[in-house]
Amino acid sequence: MSGKDEAELSRLLRAAIAGDEKAYADFLHRIAALVRGFVRRKIVQGGVDPEDVVQETLLAIHVKRHTWRQDAPVLPWIYAIARFKLIDAFRRRGRRIEIDVDDIAETFAEPEVETVSERDINRALDGLPPAQRSVVSAVSVEGRSIGETALKFGISETAVRVSLHRGLAAIAKRFGQGRFGRE
Amino acid sequence: MRTEDLIKALDADASSKAMPLRSAWWLAAGAAIVVAAVVFLLTIGPRPDFMVAAHTMRFLSKFVFTIVLAATAFGLIRALSTPGASTARAVAWMAAAPLLVAVAVVLELFMVPEALWGTRMIGSNMMICMGFIPLIGIGPLAIFLWMLRYGAPTRPVLAGAVAGLLAGGLAATFYAAHCFDDSPLFVATWYTIAIAILALLGALGGRFFVRW
Repeated sequence: MSGKDEAELSRLLRAAIAGDEKAYADFLHRIAALVRGFVRRKIVQGGVDPEDVVQETLLAIHVKRHTWRQDAPVLPWIYAIARFKLIDAFRRRGRRIEIDVDDIAETFAEPEVETVSERDINRALDGLPPAQRSVVSAVSVEGRSIGETALKFGISETAVRVSLHRGLAAIAKRFGQGRFGRE
Repeated sequence: MRTEDLIKALDADASSKAMPLRSAWWLAAGAAIVVAAVVFLLTIGPRPDFMVAAHTMRFLSKFVFTIVLAATAFGLIRALSTPGASTARAVAWMAAAPLLVAVAVVLELFMVPEALWGTRMIGSNMMICMGFIPLIGIGPLAIFLWMLRYGAPTRPVLAGAVAGLLAGGLAATFYAAHCFDDSPLFVATWYTIAIAILALLGALGGRFFVRW
């Protein structure tokens, strides 16, 4: 992590909030790698899958991006959210951890590795109403664009956007409440 | 779902907009003031001799305490609802209202004969004070807890308690216009208890309601 990272990431997020999707994709990829490095270093014993925490953090960053003050540094904001989600993940599994703020500085970006384990996010996705679930799956797992998804289901692009937004918000909310199953 | 796939979905949702937290807080503060004012005016309202009382130091001092509490709590809650924001300065400012009350209590003890201390502290309507400050503050507290959900407090219980102090400062500002007990001895005792009730409710709300 460096001052250059900070400047670049805040520039990307500012552009993303102004509506630049390319900048947002770039931003999300970079923070995913950073948060992964942070989380992997913190989880030494088993019980919590680092990638689940990475995904929860990304979702929280997405639905809470209006809480970032554009004139404030972005890295402390990102790590505060990651730390909160990490502690939450440990708490849900009945463990207590203490995390210092200082060792953020030693975090390095890491790439995603394929795992076979069932993801928390899949269980949360399964709990969504069918319309939201199929739209979120189409855009994420199947990698379709908004337009392609609209054609596939025979609905308007606006309807796709609304379902996608509500579906993502609902998954984030389930994570926040520690609910993952199909209630 | 791989993280890569999740990023695709988040990116496709990039155009969704939400009001910046900072603006939302000001809006919430405005709404809370309106709610508190309506409840106050529909129930107890200002005391009849408000204009006369407004010339006395003791009466005015109550507003200084309560407005300073509300203003400092507002500063702190905004920082607490923003991840990574520094809270040290806002926490230090929270000492201002208690310090002002402490100074006023000491002055009052010097000015009022010892025989009257008890009467001043007990006052004439402490039960109304303890009932109406929470009553006027409960609507604003609900608004502030909802705002904490809209924000992202990494210490939800503390943030909830500060929401209670903010609601308490606001409610006590209105209540002070009704109350006939102007002595700092009364304020330091009963206002504090009434505001502490709201802070406790806020902490509970933060624990069970503010999840994200």
